[in-house]
Amino acid sequence: MVESMSGIPLDPYYGDELKPGEYPYTRGLYSTGYRSKLWTMRMFAGFGTATDTNARFHALLRAGGTGLSTAFDMPTLMGRDSDHEWAIGEVGRAGVAVDTLADMEDLFAGIDLGDVTTSMTINGPAAIAMAMYVAVAEKNGVGRAELGGTIQNDILKEYQAQKEYIFPPRPSVRLVTDLIRFTTAEMPRWHPVSISGYHIREAGSTAAQELAFTLANGFAYVEAAAAAGLDVDDFAPRLSFFFNAHSDFFEEIGKYRAARRIWATWMRDRYGAANPKSLMCRFHTQTAGVSLTAQQPENNIARVALQALSAVLGGTQSLHTDSYDEALALPTEKAARIALRTQQIVAHETGAASVVDPLGGAPFVEWITGEMERQANEIFDHIDQLGNGSMLEGVYGGIEDGYFVGEIADAAYRFEREVNAGRRIIVGVNEFIEGDDQESNLLSIGRETEDLQLKRLEQVRGDRDDDAVRASLAALVESAAQPDVNLMPPIIDAVQTYATEGEIVAALETVFGTYVETAVV
Amino acid sequence: MSEPPADTSFPPETDFGAPIRVVLAKLGLDGHDRGLKIVARTLRDAGMEVIYLGLRQTADSIVAACEQEDADVIGLSMHNAGHLTLAPRMVQAVDHAGLDVPVVIGGIVPADDVATLIDSGVAAVIGPGASADEVVSAVKAAVDRQTDAQ
Repeated sequence: MVESMSGIPLDPYYGDELKPGEYPYTRGLYSTGYRSKLWTMRMFAGFGTATDTNARFHALLRAGGTGLSTAFDMPTLMGRDSDHEWAIGEVGRAGVAVDTLADMEDLFAGIDLGDVTTSMTINGPAAIAMAMYVAVAEKNGVGRAELGGTIQNDILKEYQAQKEYIFPPRPSVRLVTDLIRFTTAEMPRWHPVSISGYHIREAGSTAAQELAFTLANGFAYVEAAAAAGLDVDDFAPRLSFFFNAHSDFFEEIGKYRAARRIWATWMRDRYGAANPKSLMCRFHTQTAGVSLTAQQPENNIARVALQALSAVLGGTQSLHTDSYDEALALPTEKAARIALRTQQIVAHETGAASVVDPLGGAPFVEWITGEMERQANEIFDHIDQLGNGSMLEGVYGGIEDGYFVGEIADAAYRFEREVNAGRRIIVGVNEFIEGDDQESNLLSIGRETEDLQLKRLEQVRGDRDDDAVRASLAALVESAAQPDVNLMPPIIDAVQTYATEGEIVAALETVFGTYVETAVV
Repeated sequence: MSEPPADTSFPPETDFGAPIRVVLAKLGLDGHDRGLKIVARTLRDAGMEVIYLGLRQTADSIVAACEQEDADVIGLSMHNAGHLTLAPRMVQAVDHAGLDVPVVIGGIVPADDVATLIDSGVAAVIGPGASADEVVSAVKAAVDRQTDAQ
């Protein structure tokens, strides 16, 4: 029996018309909501060497975190080794450096990978990171079929927003679908792509653009996987999404509700999915990093709490709450702990988890949910026309003609102008500015991280069998040249020889080429 | 673009009367370009000539663009904690090329690092949340100081 704080018995949900757990899932995927299972409190972490991040993982698990989430450093995300000329100054700074399987072994040392779920936020080289994770687990006696977690592996939004691409869009989407095919066949507990609006929003889009671009990318992957020969119901149940929790409370809740409705409708009616799980838009949410202010940084704790509450009322499956000091630096351990505690307060003190979709049926909430859907539909129409009836081709077209980056940049500039003109108040920035005490206790990553990582890389290169590395890379190139061959097995072979991520990327670039963005302001 | 230009009765000019020419770039691998794009439009609306190089630039490619475009100032945007390594390298590359071009940094730079960057020759550091006026003034002031020093 769930009761309110004052002892009033509470039903799992209220309202008779549309119920949670029923198509089109506007009110939530499950009729019991968070009563049967709270959202996963998944805190993103990663800095320094793999050993440093491993210690943070152990600390988060001790503090009651229920899933791991890995941030990689920029060179790793861009498929470059720590000794690449572009890597200087960035090794281990904004995430953990992973050059070879040896680093992945250190990263997960002492953690039973059959027991935790892991999220890896990586896109361009996602197939390589996935291969390393599988190799580490199997080395520790955990079979790939037992592994649970998510790899972001959403390359389309990289061209639109986050800009961490390596190869051109089409061969990159092949790698995405190869990973989907691989996990569909061999890793039933894995989510092979997390279709992400988070970065689109951070880059400056509106809520409706975040919603529409993200779901359009989702439709594109569905079409790509179907074109690669998969049945929609074989892989769609493992697709998941990742949204931003920004500051406009009700607009955000409307966005999540609209996302579920649109996804269910399109998957059933346009893509012919029959399995109810294929229709369910499961999503992770992260509070909006871009909303955090460097001024009066403690105020960010309040922003994060409200954003987190909107995600919960919107029915998120998992949540990362940002640390209040992130507009200044990478989070300290204390700030990360406060962020996790914020989720625990929402979960256990506010009652927000007691009743599913408690705002459902409220006229404004239903209206703004519909308005989000209407605006998204306008964008889908544009993309569909661009692709002559193919969302995949439409997304490629919008990347090529600068549609996505242009729309996002326009929206970002509009917002900035409104803040500048005082039409939009940001507390502590353009109003209520007195009392800004500089936060001095910030995390800094010393230069020794780079030295340690370079030494580690040199040592691994010295210890491995170079002939085996060369042979595995040659085999990979041969496979890459054949569009129908799944590249996951040869990539796993390559990482097991301790070929570096940069070497594997370079091998693939000989076939795929390298993407260079046309700069658009 | 769809936005009307900001009110700029007096477009910022160099002491020689020509509009300020500013090269904007992201150095290295960091892909966070929202701030830099907003700065590009802000400076352009304020009457400056913006040469937007965008992502994945190196100190050498930025120096080359400055020479080719006869730039008055370089604006770099940094969001991934590499500023203490990358910014001084940029300043050295500018000096090495014999250019009198100030380097202005924007993005996420902890307050404790600002003095270090200024000591290493960075002309100004613009923090998160700076207003359009503050950005324009900082760029203008950096150019003025450089001109006065010549």
